[in-house]
Amino acid sequence: MTAARDDDRPLARLPLSSARSSSADRWFRWLLAAAGASVLLILATMLISTSIDSWPVFQKEGFGFMTGTTWDPGTSRTEVTGEYGALSFIVGTLVTSGIALVIAVPLAIGTAMYLTHVASRRVKNPLTYAIELLAAVPSVVYGLWGLLFFVPVVLRPAMDLIAQTLGSFIPFLAGPVVTYNYFAAGVVLSIMILPIITAVTREVMAKTPDSEIQAAYGLGATRWEMLRFIVLPRARPGIIGATMLGLGRALGETIAVAMLIGGSKQIPDTIFLGGQSMAGIIAVTFQEAAPENVKALIGVGVVLFVITVFVNMVARAIVMLTGGRVTGDASI
Amino acid sequence: MSAPARLASTEAPSLGVFGRLARRRKRRDRMMTAVLLVAVILALVPIILILIEVIRRGIGAMNWEFLTSTQIFSQRREGGGYLNGLVGTLYMVTIATLVAVPLGVGSATYVVEYKDARLVPFIQFFTDVMTGVPSIFIGLYIYTLLVQGNIGLSVGFSTLAGGLALSLLMIPIVARSSEEVLRLVPDDLRNAAYGLGARRWQVVTQIVLPTARSGLITGSMLAIGRAAGETAPLLLTALGAFTVVPQLVNAPQSALPLIIYNEARGPFEAAHARAWAGALELMLLVLLVTIVARAIGRGTEIEQ
Repeated sequence: MTAARDDDRPLARLPLSSARSSSADRWFRWLLAAAGASVLLILATMLISTSIDSWPVFQKEGFGFMTGTTWDPGTSRTEVTGEYGALSFIVGTLVTSGIALVIAVPLAIGTAMYLTHVASRRVKNPLTYAIELLAAVPSVVYGLWGLLFFVPVVLRPAMDLIAQTLGSFIPFLAGPVVTYNYFAAGVVLSIMILPIITAVTREVMAKTPDSEIQAAYGLGATRWEMLRFIVLPRARPGIIGATMLGLGRALGETIAVAMLIGGSKQIPDTIFLGGQSMAGIIAVTFQEAAPENVKALIGVGVVLFVITVFVNMVARAIVMLTGGRVTGDASI
Repeated sequence: MSAPARLASTEAPSLGVFGRLARRRKRRDRMMTAVLLVAVILALVPIILILIEVIRRGIGAMNWEFLTSTQIFSQRREGGGYLNGLVGTLYMVTIATLVAVPLGVGSATYVVEYKDARLVPFIQFFTDVMTGVPSIFIGLYIYTLLVQGNIGLSVGFSTLAGGLALSLLMIPIVARSSEEVLRLVPDDLRNAAYGLGARRWQVVTQIVLPTARSGLITGSMLAIGRAAGETAPLLLTALGAFTVVPQLVNAPQSALPLIIYNEARGPFEAAHARAWAGALELMLLVLLVTIVARAIGRGTEIEQ
């Protein structure tokens, strides 16, 4: 039934409607359209305004802005005198996000399977609620908690252990270990993106048709076989979309990463050494930056924006192909 | 391995090779169920650790002075509080709400009530895109546009700049959650109103929006909770201040997350203690908003 009518005419001319309320209809529609269009306007001016400001730096560095590893800001007000190669920050962002995904995705899949098909009705809601609570924790609190408790107290021994055992034959896991590093930032990031990946995965897994589940059981499948051969294959595109959404979140996360990644401007050889991320370098150096340095930082922001928006668009497209848009509190 | 040995066992009656397979499958099922349970537990550990740590250390440093006084200038010394940050956060979040809720709800209403309009698919798509824009980039945008004044109008580092940055974070959240709620309003209600001769704007303002009100409030409050905890965009727009700042423009403003960030980064014990108390204050603020939002949402869900 198409109930919301497509034209602006009332079904019948009743005394209530007058020429005046008809023009009110038009005004009302334009007002709402303007609110909707504001999103488009904001996004467009976002890219334009920041691109204009960072243009001199892009012009001077060219492609070297993304491939250079020397970040040596100048102090000029009008010219671009420093050297701006943001590769080490790009690497920092990508590696920490990668670590976060490697940890968060399996956990999220396991959690979503448990919540949708194993947990009893009674424990399901409190568990779901507790995990969604992670999304409500402000990122600065993750940063504080990681900086003063989790990384030095809980993670440090684990990192030392990994470096001593696995590190002896896997080069990027070798010691020495500094406390705040890529890995520390990646682990805390994984906690931060866990709720969104879990929420989306849970949603697609909950949509598994009951008939197929019953058919699997009818053929004698155990519960794990049902999960493995019915639920998981059906949810796979959704999981990919969820992963990409989590990746988008991780790439853009600023404060927690800035506090935990160590702050070095070099690209480290192992994940147990410090570095810096794109969002991190902006947050940490912006307030003391000279005008030309600010332009370069805005340039870093533009690159970050392009990468995250691309990842997000792909993610939403994948999720959309597999049945509707992403919904739920944790996903927005 | 040998058949007699198997027959002698007290396990389930022998079904030959199938029996062994069945047992293995059962074992595997039990094992994987345990693995899933471990995943859930691992997912729960962080939130428990965070809550314990923030409450324990936060309460230890929380006192009346902390709640009622502004920051002291030295991070090294004890004393002082985050009142300036609390005021700044509430001030900027209020501005952000005043901007974002009308725009977000308006946009969602357009998408749902005028779904055949040519602009609608674009609005939907780019609202989704906007939810993924890094918050620090929103800060950079407001910095170039308003702090620096690319459009000829400069408000400096200020409450207004910070509030508008937060509003940009909130708009897509409000729009998305409102859209989901508005879709739940039954068409029968709209038709009944049309049948009584109401115009479209009357149907929307007097029937659809009031029906969806609790859901709209829930979505808005979730967005408020998100905005209150944001740090990154405020670094580039509000900058920070040591006193309570009543000015709207051309005066840097403080915020709870900003102070926590600055004090946590330093090496001083006294500052760290305050940062934990600030984290507790901020979490309570955000949780309060989130819980109220959920309570409102649960109280009056639209029956489908």
